[in-house]
Amino acid sequence: MKFDIYDLGSFTSSFDQLLMENFSPFWAVAIEMVIIGIAILAFYAVVGLYLVYAERKVCAFMQCRVGPNRVGPYGFFQTIADLIKLLMKELIPIKNADKLLFNIAPFIVIIASFMAIAAIPFAKGLHAIDFNIGIFYIMAVSSMGVVGILIAGWASNNKYSMIGAMRSGAQIVSYELSVGLSLVTIVVLAGSLQLSTIVEGQRDGWFLFTGHIPAVIAFLVFLVAATAETNRGPFDLAEAESELTAGFHTEYSGIKFAFFFLAEYMNMFIVASIAATIFLGGWMPFHVGGWEAFNNIMDYLPPVFWYIGKTAFVIFIMMWFKWTFPRLRIDQLLTLEWKYLLPINLVNILVMAFVVLMGWHF
Amino acid sequence: MAEEIIGGKLEEQEFSINMGPQHPSTHGVLRMMLKLKGETVMEVKPQLGYIHRGIEKMCEKITYQQSIHLTDRLDYLSAHILNEAVCLTVEDALGVEVPERVKYIRTIMGELNRIASHQLWWCAFGMDLGALTSFFYGLRDREKILDIFEKSCGARLLLSYNVPGGLMYDIQSDFQKDVKDFIQYFKKKLPEYDDLLTGNPIMQQRTKGVGLLTKAQAIDYGVTGPSGRGSGFSCDVRKHQPYSAYSKVNFKEILYTEGDSFARYRVRMDEMWESMSIIEQLIDNIPEGDFALKMKPVIKLPVGEYYTRVEAVRGEFGVYIVSDGNKNPLRMKFRSPNFSNLAVIDTMASGQKIADLIAIGGSMDYVIPDMDR
Repeated sequence: MKFDIYDLGSFTSSFDQLLMENFSPFWAVAIEMVIIGIAILAFYAVVGLYLVYAERKVCAFMQCRVGPNRVGPYGFFQTIADLIKLLMKELIPIKNADKLLFNIAPFIVIIASFMAIAAIPFAKGLHAIDFNIGIFYIMAVSSMGVVGILIAGWASNNKYSMIGAMRSGAQIVSYELSVGLSLVTIVVLAGSLQLSTIVEGQRDGWFLFTGHIPAVIAFLVFLVAATAETNRGPFDLAEAESELTAGFHTEYSGIKFAFFFLAEYMNMFIVASIAATIFLGGWMPFHVGGWEAFNNIMDYLPPVFWYIGKTAFVIFIMMWFKWTFPRLRIDQLLTLEWKYLLPINLVNILVMAFVVLMGWHF
Repeated sequence: MAEEIIGGKLEEQEFSINMGPQHPSTHGVLRMMLKLKGETVMEVKPQLGYIHRGIEKMCEKITYQQSIHLTDRLDYLSAHILNEAVCLTVEDALGVEVPERVKYIRTIMGELNRIASHQLWWCAFGMDLGALTSFFYGLRDREKILDIFEKSCGARLLLSYNVPGGLMYDIQSDFQKDVKDFIQYFKKKLPEYDDLLTGNPIMQQRTKGVGLLTKAQAIDYGVTGPSGRGSGFSCDVRKHQPYSAYSKVNFKEILYTEGDSFARYRVRMDEMWESMSIIEQLIDNIPEGDFALKMKPVIKLPVGEYYTRVEAVRGEFGVYIVSDGNKNPLRMKFRSPNFSNLAVIDTMASGQKIADLIAIGGSMDYVIPDMDR
């Protein structure tokens, strides 16, 4: 194997061995879980903060501005300062709100995105859990977030919040279908739901290129649907600050608002990761089947670099959407899904199945 | 509380919501009571009075020169044109003719004011539709005009450059060069606006066929300005009753007949081109002469009633003065375009979605202090 030096699997398994030898299996697993939990928590916070920073910089450059530039070099610590501000802000209690649900909602949203991260392969061996139903799991947990949004809208006892939450419900339930079906298209090609197998399957070329036209269509549909599923512009109807002030999180303040905010950015990171993993080869370097010398050169870059690069590319596209498009109306949003994306997707799966059956893919 | 104000009973599945006076896209302190059925707007009731300052009453206590500075505060985005309206009324009542130079400069400044206002409208309209980037593009170019204003009269927004009988100062020596530079610059930048917003399919979906206003309705409600011309109502005072130097220039009155938000959008976009052409025709031909007539320090209008109308950025602006021969008017009344334009919003937005209500409000380009006065 050429990129064995970057294989973190050997490191993690030897660490596992070490724990197993010194502790009882129960404690060994418990220690591992705590370590992974802390690692993901830290990762979550850092990535969330720097995605906010990245968005502010990207949108600034699209809007002829400079963006944050006061705290640290190039404003690098601006979002940390913002986080400290949000942590210290008062949590305003809302009269006549459903206290329990009101307090619980941000946690549901954030837990949903937190759980999805566990299944994403960041590099070879850098993978909290490698489910044999990885894609299915991610789809399942990431759609839990909408429950939190609906609860937040309902419990706030505010009509704007309620409208925002109902919009969000309609939107996510609809676009979940397109996200799922476009992923299924690639599952048909890969023949597996396990994320590590899917990444391995792209050793000789990413599915976006090897999967013929259906893979490209699936990728485009996924990009649109994933942007909608994360409630980002031009599909940010749940927030729609020019219509509903701030939609479902109008009544939230301080760190509870920050939870919604962070979860939005992490959801963007998660869908970008999925797009990178499923369509763009995940941590797999750019390989072309048969070109050994070229492939060897590509292998010198560590897999984490490839993974981050691809994810950043997809995230940039989603930011580009947000900062150049106007917002859709709710009926236009649902029309787009049910009249265009869904039929295209269904036909696309059939075409993909046919392509795989005939062996036309590369 | 909103239920009481909106009057009548709410039917099943209907609810009322209070939009404003503090809401991101009511463009000021406008309050709208909405009766909703799900996302659909059943009824809109605008409520005014949150920024009422009694300007008309204040005008009765001050001299005509002083009242210029209050008209700035009506439609602050077309301050120069409103100043001009008062000056024209006073000059008309006194029966004096201002020098040609004044007429030219007033027209040029007025058209610059119109472009600046349309730029800000474009920014805000994009924001209303959820396209946040347009805001910065519009403000970037508006800054150039405000710089010219600042260089000319020291103020950027509330100009008060006109005085009865002429202008407060002569134009600065770079004025012509600055304006020509700006026209050159903006001719390159205006197509960018089209690239960013006009051609966008989402934007067209959001505005085409939305907020329909027929020509008959526009005339009934007195909807003037670009909003009226988007419905095919020919109401440009510059064309029908030319004042200042408008009789000396060639320009088209922009008319679209669709009557939807997109038609109103296009009227304003085209008007920016027309304004630039008007300025270009005048800027090199500013005649030499005085920048103001010698007026008495206290102006007393002869007894009588006087009315003048001008084409402000948002429509026809009228000044009605009743004089009893004193140094201050007996009654001063402003016919503000926004007030009439707001009255029609219920007709246009009923049956549409909430998001459309915001887009319609944006396409009508409301300035709230102009309604409340």
